[in-house]
Amino acid sequence: MANKPMGARLGNMKSATGTLLASLLCILIGLVVGFVVLLVLGAVTVAQSGESMSFGDLLSTTWHSGFKAILHGGFYANANVMGMGVRMEILQAAPLIMTGLSVAFAFKTGLFNIGAAGQYTVGAYFALYCAIMLKLPWWVCLLASALGGAIWGAIPGIFKALLNVNEVITAIMFNWIGLYAVNTLIYQAGTGPMFNVNTTKTHTLAAASPDSMLPTFNVGNYFGNMFKPSIGIFIAIGVAILVWILINKTTFGYELKACGHNKEAARYAGINEKKNIILSMTIAGALAGFGAGLFYLSGSKEWEPLVSTILPATGFNGISVALLASSNPIGAIFSAIFIAHITVGGGFMTAKLFPSEVADIISGVVIYLCAFSLLFKGSILKLLGGKTKEAKAVKPAKNPGKGGDA
Amino acid sequence: MWLLLKYTLLYTCVLMLVALGGMFSERSGVINIALEGIMVIGALLGVIMINILNAAGVHPVLGVIITILCAAIAGALYSSLLAFSAINLKADQTIGGTALNLLATAVAMVIAKRVNGNDSPKITYSSNTNPVLNANHFSFQIGPLTINWFLVLGIVILVAAWFILYRSRFGMRLMACGEHPQAADSVGINVYKMRWAGVLISGVLGGIGGMAYVVPAVGDWNFEQGVAGMGFLALAVMIFGQWKPVNIALASVFFAIFRAMANIFDSIPFLAALGWPKEIYNMMPFIASMLVLAFTSRKSRAPKAEGIPYDKGSR
Repeated sequence: MANKPMGARLGNMKSATGTLLASLLCILIGLVVGFVVLLVLGAVTVAQSGESMSFGDLLSTTWHSGFKAILHGGFYANANVMGMGVRMEILQAAPLIMTGLSVAFAFKTGLFNIGAAGQYTVGAYFALYCAIMLKLPWWVCLLASALGGAIWGAIPGIFKALLNVNEVITAIMFNWIGLYAVNTLIYQAGTGPMFNVNTTKTHTLAAASPDSMLPTFNVGNYFGNMFKPSIGIFIAIGVAILVWILINKTTFGYELKACGHNKEAARYAGINEKKNIILSMTIAGALAGFGAGLFYLSGSKEWEPLVSTILPATGFNGISVALLASSNPIGAIFSAIFIAHITVGGGFMTAKLFPSEVADIISGVVIYLCAFSLLFKGSILKLLGGKTKEAKAVKPAKNPGKGGDA
Repeated sequence: MWLLLKYTLLYTCVLMLVALGGMFSERSGVINIALEGIMVIGALLGVIMINILNAAGVHPVLGVIITILCAAIAGALYSSLLAFSAINLKADQTIGGTALNLLATAVAMVIAKRVNGNDSPKITYSSNTNPVLNANHFSFQIGPLTINWFLVLGIVILVAAWFILYRSRFGMRLMACGEHPQAADSVGINVYKMRWAGVLISGVLGGIGGMAYVVPAVGDWNFEQGVAGMGFLALAVMIFGQWKPVNIALASVFFAIFRAMANIFDSIPFLAALGWPKEIYNMMPFIASMLVLAFTSRKSRAPKAEGIPYDKGSR
């Protein structure tokens, strides 16, 4: 999956088009599945209440109080008062870009960073500790969050490089270890200095350390004066461009990719593959941790140590972001905004009829399809090349997507 | 002390069932990281069936059997999504499994909320709401000790798993597909079929395991938390047990003790005296498995061909 075949330079342009179309096809199927789920949910609700409704009315209800919100996302007119929806979308997109970059970066070295959730958790702790306890300026807190994530990312790298333990297993274990550790450190049986007993969350940054909050921006007066979004999204886009340069324009990036393509060949060419595995995971961890910094230093949300059985979804959604972007750092910007878009939109649906988790179903279906998107890509390339007889290869792939809502 | 034993047995049977399921899948050559998601789906369907059968007024014994069967079937159906992508479409098994884990929680939340008809993903099946069939029917007493039927089932399955894996033609063929599918194919074994069988067995056991985790312990379950990492713990148990049934059984006892301590450490005098927070005990099984992995990975006996899609054409 990770080892996107580069092929000859001539084929690159066409290959990139194929990749893009494959991703768009995954999104399209995901959205269709989402619509069908909403339709079924609507029908069930109507049946439960004992009313009857024509199919046309059902379609229109599903569209107006459900699917339209998902498609419009943060821009959904009913909810976007004072730019509230757009602000939420920007707020969520920033950390998603970072966790997406984290997973994508590890993919380049042939590693699957399923540990972004744990690295994100530890990064959040480092950021919040520097902010609430040490009251450091925001950019120091951000760097600290990257450091926290880097430490947590380095561990699976070290286990992989030196002890030959699969990075997926280590990362899964350390996700949970990180979650339990951070919750214990913050909560401390209710006595933790970062813990606010009244809200059962960490102290708000606005009260504890206003200097640690990211600066905000405004477009005209779109967001009003009270709730201006933080500049996190621009920092994330900046980092994405830096990562693109690092991967595509530096020797280090070339070495990482070489390890991802063929470990043996890379070693034969004199590349220290063990060092690269550890470095790659460390940087991936730093990116995920940095994302947590961008999110929690925006001051819009606090950490809840009592919710100790759920790993942060942003970490796992990073996998969707990276897969949708085919591990392209610039693509990660767009796919992160897409995931944030449908997630925020999901929350705007009429909750009585349509649970907001339908958006998670869509992104789940999208990752499931991405797992074999190479298949899509192959058939799309053949279609572009004029060989139409392979078109049916796309067909069987549609069934699992539909089965996803069963 | 009886309480510790009760919870240890409870978690032992959950971990053993799910880890044995994972073993069958991985022995056939398919990494099953979706165990967590399969457990969630099994638990969801089992719990919903309890409520349906309660309303229908089914006899408890029949009810217990039907609900467990439903959980097993739900797990198998859900695992077929993994089998289809991993075996037929040759997709990346880890990514496919991760997708199914994420999907399972989302699906469970949506269905649970719809079943409740409100915005709460918590489903109740305690004796207060369900007079005919409820959580209590899944356990029985031996003196002061509460044992649940899943443990009995788990032991039967453990014995069966050992015989199937080591003493049956099917088991030998299954293992061959996980070690060297090309060789297996060359002597006429249908690798795709065997791998499908391995994944489906893991779905059945994972589905039952999910229900075993949720139902006997409590009278209601909030599906927002999925199964709280139990599936991942079972994955660790499987590796710890080196993909061997008996070792898996022992490993699950070891892991279950820690998990049980996390639940009830404050009612055990010497543990309460330590004053450690609950999270430490929750963390311990994961740390223990990392330590073991660190020391044993060099001579790890993982199935050789696991994670590699089998392509007939590349034989």
